[in-house]
Amino acid sequence: MEKNISFKLKIWRQRGPKEKGEFKLYEMKDIPTDTSFLEMLDILNEQLINKGEEPVVFDHDCREGICGMCSLYINGHPHGPATGATTCQLYMRRFKDGETITVEPWRSAGFPVIRDLMVDRRAYDKIMQAGGYVSINTGGVPDANAIPISKEKADLAMDAASCIGCGACVAACKNGSAMLFVSAKVSQLALLPQGKVEAARRAKAMLAKMDELGFGNCTNTRACEAECPKCISISNIARLNREFIAAKLSD
Amino acid sequence: MATIDSKIPEGPLAEKWSNYKAHQKLVNPANKRKLDIIVVGSGLAGASAAATLGDLGFKVKCFCIQDSPRRAHSIAAQGGINAAKNYQNDGDSVYRLFYDTIKGGDYRSREANVYRLAEVSNNIIDQCVAQGVPFAREYGGTLANRSFGGAQVSRTFYARGQTGQQLLLGAYSALSYQVKQGNVELFTRCEMLDLVMIKDADGKERARGIIYRDLVTGEIKRCSAHAVVIGTGGYGNTYFLSTNAMASNGSAAMQCYRKGAWFANPAFAQIHPTCIPVHGDKQSKLTLMSESLRNDGRIWVPKKLEDAKKLQAGTLNPNDIPDEDRDFYLERRYPAFGNLVPRDVASRAAKERCDKGYGVNNTGLAVFLDFKYAIQRLGKQAVADKYGNLFDMYEEITDVNPYENPMMIFPAIHYTMGGIWVDYELQTSIPGLFAIGECNFSDHGANRLGASALMQGLADGYFVLPYTIQNYLSDQIQVPRFSTDLPEFEAAEKAVKEKIAKIMSINGKRSVDSIHKELGHIMWEYVGMGRTEQSLKTALEKLDKVEKTFWSDLRVPGDAQTLNVELEKALRLLDFIEIGKLMAYDGLNREESCGGHFREEHQTPEGEALRHDDQFSYVACWNYQGEGKAPELLKEPLNYEYIKVQTRNYKN
Ligand SMILES: Cc1cc2nc3c(=O)[nH]c(=O)nc-3n(C[C@H](O)[C@H](O)[C@H](O)COP(=O)(O)OP(=O)(O)OC[C@H]3O[C@@H](n4cnc5c(N)ncnc54)[C@H](O)[C@@H]3O)c2cc1C
Ligand code: SF4
Ligand code: FES
Repeated sequence: MEKNISFKLKIWRQRGPKEKGEFKLYEMKDIPTDTSFLEMLDILNEQLINKGEEPVVFDHDCREGICGMCSLYINGHPHGPATGATTCQLYMRRFKDGETITVEPWRSAGFPVIRDLMVDRRAYDKIMQAGGYVSINTGGVPDANAIPISKEKADLAMDAASCIGCGACVAACKNGSAMLFVSAKVSQLALLPQGKVEAARRAKAMLAKMDELGFGNCTNTRACEAECPKCISISNIARLNREFIAAKLSD
Repeated sequence: MATIDSKIPEGPLAEKWSNYKAHQKLVNPANKRKLDIIVVGSGLAGASAAATLGDLGFKVKCFCIQDSPRRAHSIAAQGGINAAKNYQNDGDSVYRLFYDTIKGGDYRSREANVYRLAEVSNNIIDQCVAQGVPFAREYGGTLANRSFGGAQVSRTFYARGQTGQQLLLGAYSALSYQVKQGNVELFTRCEMLDLVMIKDADGKERARGIIYRDLVTGEIKRCSAHAVVIGTGGYGNTYFLSTNAMASNGSAAMQCYRKGAWFANPAFAQIHPTCIPVHGDKQSKLTLMSESLRNDGRIWVPKKLEDAKKLQAGTLNPNDIPDEDRDFYLERRYPAFGNLVPRDVASRAAKERCDKGYGVNNTGLAVFLDFKYAIQRLGKQAVADKYGNLFDMYEEITDVNPYENPMMIFPAIHYTMGGIWVDYELQTSIPGLFAIGECNFSDHGANRLGASALMQGLADGYFVLPYTIQNYLSDQIQVPRFSTDLPEFEAAEKAVKEKIAKIMSINGKRSVDSIHKELGHIMWEYVGMGRTEQSLKTALEKLDKVEKTFWSDLRVPGDAQTLNVELEKALRLLDFIEIGKLMAYDGLNREESCGGHFREEHQTPEGEALRHDDQFSYVACWNYQGEGKAPELLKEPLNYEYIKVQTRNYKN
């Protein structure tokens, strides 16, 4: 049932990538528990604007857990305490009256802070450009039903394809590795006959790009899997490694 | 008065597109490299167009507001995409898809465009599968389908409840491939703020570039090209609360409108029947529950007013109402289509029940969507397999378990059929400016059928625009690249900067959102599901006041020369106010009810929409006349050669 809670927000504020940031404390009063976390930040921003201060900057767009735009490290967890949900899908009923909620940006060498809680994730686009596609042009492709694909394979590919590119896996990883993200794309395409052809080459190219962009190595801590809002499985990383070895062998 | 040439090719309906392609002018490969195209937008329409134009060899610059093209709002589409594959062998065909779309649109769309859409629908599915889009499959390995509203065949392809995501990621992968190939350059977190037109030697003004704001640095920049394509999505956020993403907006369309591109049928907005009801005044958006739920969920309200009252007061559990006291009003009113009537019909029927006092929820503004029957019939697991993620989403938001209690839903603004007018070639009334996807007005008439927007966006981007734009560009091959130092760029940039400076200097007391909410209330109240002459006139008066409030009382903190989210929102809000007015003008003019536009004065005794084909069988194109002036109305008559125009009937 709906009720109201009051709490403190400890929010990271930082003007720009090169500037020093710091935590600022804000009191929030009588927030209905059926407010979403981002709507709660809207309320804070409305208050700041009404005082003539600059609002807290954070990324968001769809507010239904699919665009991957929202981020936020909440009480030590990327996308907050809920499992299998993004920050925008988080509701205040998850929090307690009187608590202090700490909100930080993703912290990773691969994702520099732009302002406050907003980070630059263009590195993900660059990794995708290195090979996250089937190299075809528009038109001249076979009929969609020409190649049967088992339901099981299609479902596995879909599981991997559910990645929203949010970057929580990188933020959760002590090495700042993007392996879960890369493996999700490599797996999706390697599982399907359409993508299988280039699978090994793709794995190699995307991993090389990941390294080049300053993301760390995977040491199997499984923190990424635990924090991924889409529950992407680390079995995808094993699949990625197989493709990578295949690529090495054929070198 | 300007005459309207929609450039429909000659010949029988089924041959028009082939004829067009056989005779249009093309640009040879060597020349393509010399031609630049700006594509604004990276949704299904923009990303597929940019990728395909790049792969043809043009030099493409693709812009989007988000930090990555993959986050355009197309990503949020849940239910599916239509195609006339007839894989289910249930009698589907290109003609039937064409027919359903025209009928679904309440006979207010162009025959030739819609036929082409149905024709290329099959290529889309082939293309997406080749990209590795993991559509749902049957155990035998073939593609699975489901049904959507307004159709009696199963022609909707889907990828769980995340079809838009998978299609957009497919288009994004094609785009990424073209970036790698060096054919497309991405401009993320860059927002178009104006269209730049340049006069030819022969005096003809053409679209030649844009002014945009780098949202990270706040810099105002210029970009030139031989042609400009906008694929910037719909303007549903005029209502503040809608199923659109927070950054979805109608500004690029309005910028083009103010430069002379006609805005067609602005009043045609779609209200989706199955959204999670509004819960409080802090709410920032409405969440859609996919239409696919209507395949298996049954919609009802109590038959007895006293039950409705108790439900509203929270003293009765819906599960305790016996079947005979439930009014399955869609099944009752529309036996042939039942819960699968088109959206406009389903939304109005819900409003009718709620207006009469039968609504549920503490507000009385909701109806039930019940899966009890499906669970009895198919088992809980089968229902979970089909709709699991939607049920989870519902529970997360409402804290109610839909396996055990009926869902509550209510209509919400979802999609805008109106948009920038385009001809058969998807060219606007400005030479060299093209519009694709939801931001154009083209294929859905007065009401869009479910799973047809994804189809249209990808049809435009992959299979139509890349051909038709060549017909325009073929005589531009001698035109050298444009310098952004030209006076036209100078002037456009100056105007943008002045506007921003003016907004920054208001220094009032109100936040952008607070004014936007006010606008939204007015729109929902007076330009919403049921409109009257009086309500629309009231809307116009109130919108003038909102505009005054904006210019006198807005507060945008911070600087314009750096990242400033409030400024971004303020610029979009200003355009929403103007779109609101345009919608009201259009609604006033269209004295009939059709599709999503319901004028209460015009209904049948049973409360169905009453069209007046003798007076309103036309596209209403609004032509900008300058600030503060009423726009001029131009009419493109709609001629139906192949379809017999009828009253829509979903009853039998
Ligand atoms: C919740 C939801 C569910 C839906 N489900 C379905 C479904 O199941 N089936 C179906 O067929 N349809 C569905 N639709 C409708 C469909 O998703 C949209 O109509 C379609 O995706 C629009 O695609 P688009 O490419 O035209 O625009 P969008 O995807 O909205 O993309 C707009 C692009 O333009 C950019 N942009 C906008 N303005 C500017 C500017 N000024 N400068 C730079 N860039 C700009 C944005 O950044 C973005 O990249 C759904 C819609 C919603 C909201
Ligand atoms: S793998 Fe998970 S955490 Fe990583 S980007 Fe994808 S969805 Fe986000
Ligand atoms: S805002 Fe889109 S996933 Fe959170």
